Amino acid sequence: MAHFAKKSKAKPEISTASLPDIIFMLLIFFMVTTVLREQEVQVRTILPQAEALTKIEQKRYVSYVWMGPEKLPGNRVGETKVQIDDAVIEDMTNVRSIMYRKLSEQPRLIVSLRVDEESEMGVVTDVQGELRKAGTLRISYSSRRDISNI
Amino acid sequence: MSILAKKKKRQGAEIPTSSMADIAFLLLIFFLVTTTIDVDTGIGMTLPPEPDETTPPPPVSDRNMLKILINAQGQVLLEDLPSSVAQIRSEVLTHVQNNGADARYSDSPSKAVVSIKTDRLTPYNLYIQTLDEVWMAYFEIWDTEARSMGHANYVEYRSNLEGGTENEIREKWPAQVSLAEPDPGN
Repeated sequence: MAHFAKKSKAKPEISTASLPDIIFMLLIFFMVTTVLREQEVQVRTILPQAEALTKIEQKRYVSYVWMGPEKLPGNRVGETKVQIDDAVIEDMTNVRSIMYRKLSEQPRLIVSLRVDEESEMGVVTDVQGELRKAGTLRISYSSRRDISNI
Repeated sequence: MSILAKKKKRQGAEIPTSSMADIAFLLLIFFLVTTTIDVDTGIGMTLPPEPDETTPPPPVSDRNMLKILINAQGQVLLEDLPSSVAQIRSEVLTHVQNNGADARYSDSPSKAVVSIKTDRLTPYNLYIQTLDEVWMAYFEIWDTEARSMGHANYVEYRSNLEGGTENEIREKWPAQVSLAEPDPGN
């Protein structure tokens, strides 16, 4: 009989009362880490591979400049273009004014150059020249980790 | 009276909370799908400020300058000698750690400058490889220094630095990489 008594005891149920709280915690975590509105990149940027990489942890300081061949319909690519935020920059001098404005909003600005690996140095040098004139001197050449060497 | 009674009854109504978890789940799944936790990695650089006409650039003696030249065909010229990207790292190491021993290399680590010059038509990929090799040489030096100070490596040393403390290793072995204006090409 004693056994029967034990059986009746062993009917534990997990309390689900705190479930919404746990879910909310997770929800809030993901809400905070989410960056909505990713820019649509209109140029192809296959990043080069490198070893000496540093992470940019402070994402709010980062401003991206994309450089690479323009994506055209039908998987073709066109001429090399520069893109900042949503717009393709046609006139190089605009880079300076855009970056100058961004720097006044965020003095610790880091410009991440996302350049396609098949680009030539000319366009990179032009953009760098404009960045120097704007005073945004902290840059980062965005690169992927070299997997082949590990 | 009947109206009052009715109103009172309504106030007692409770919002069902059993579906709360489901709603939260839906939101959670939405944010899970849209979140991208990718950290941007790259080779950090600090550009030189815009040259000022009144202040000429500081003179760097020829022996303190390690010149790396990459042309449009992807050929590397290291100190005016034809070379390859793979040799850059060891050359930078000897240059920076020379301490005045060899007359062809630098006087002291704080004076050593690595200058990279490209052509307008140089492939970007090659430029990044070159820059990567130069930085890897510096990382190697910093790692050695950190180990002699009793740390596992440079990254560990840096992460243990408290805010405001000088980074002694970088003070001792400053990475001075200069990017020269490229030739117009063709």
